[in-house]
Amino acid sequence: MAESAIANDHGVSHGAHASSTGLSNNKMGMWMFLGSECLLFGGLISTYMLYRGRVSSGPQPNNIFDIPFTSVSSFILLMSSLTMVLAVSSAQRKDDRNTNLWLTITALLGATFVGGQVYEFTSFYREGLGFTTSLFGSSFYALTGFHGVHVSVGIIMLMALVGMNRNNRIPGDKAEVVELIGLYWHFVDIIWIIIFTLVYLIPS
Amino acid sequence: MSTATTHVEASENHEVEHHGLSDKQYIVIALILAALTAIEVSTYYVDFGPFFMPTLLILMVIKFVTVVSYFMHLKFDNKIFSYLFYAGLLLAIAVYCGFLATFKFFLKQG
Repeated sequence: MAESAIANDHGVSHGAHASSTGLSNNKMGMWMFLGSECLLFGGLISTYMLYRGRVSSGPQPNNIFDIPFTSVSSFILLMSSLTMVLAVSSAQRKDDRNTNLWLTITALLGATFVGGQVYEFTSFYREGLGFTTSLFGSSFYALTGFHGVHVSVGIIMLMALVGMNRNNRIPGDKAEVVELIGLYWHFVDIIWIIIFTLVYLIPS
Repeated sequence: MSTATTHVEASENHEVEHHGLSDKQYIVIALILAALTAIEVSTYYVDFGPFFMPTLLILMVIKFVTVVSYFMHLKFDNKIFSYLFYAGLLLAIAVYCGFLATFKFFLKQG
């Protein structure tokens, strides 16, 4: 009891939910969640790697990918990680104005990335690559679609965070909440780092 | 465990947890990541020969570790978080390398 009180006194847990390690349960839970997400995306990536050469009908991967366009999208998502970490940094300095600013910019960059993905999917569909056209199409849309959904969920969380922060409705340690959303956002970015290389840059 | 020991450990954890980088350092890291991405994209236009695949894979790993270590603060945070994340990551790599091996994926690549 006393030990726990001292640990909390030094802000190790950053909130009301300290574990027996003195670390935040929320942060521990987020890292466990991200570890388990590695298994989800590992399954999707390896399935794509296995099926990317299986094109019974429709376009081949190398004929359909627009590398310059996807490179710009990748760069935008990468830069959103910078704006996210600047939001976390501002939150730790208790600078609400800049926290909201960087969170909003991060959400906008994420929305630009998702918009690019919607454009890419539409153009692929017009070129004859549907979800059931070939095993390549199914595994490609499943992998990049799941990633796009993750980015979209991240954008919703970012916008909700901005709204809550403006109304001072974030419970507990505000900086930790921003950091947790940041961890999710960076995870989405590192998954795209892998997808960009293995799916787009390395030919089948 | 004595109260004094816990006190010291808690103080150490506190320092580690708050040891981040400055905004300028984050910007420098982002510029390095952007430069690495530019090198990756250049492999599409320039013929790297036998270095094509290793270059892309090494750059991918460097970018991944850089974001995890610095932007996600894993380098400065408690080691338990690193164990949790990397355990999941290594498990995923092991399981799916095994999965791909059963389909003779690596033989086809060679």
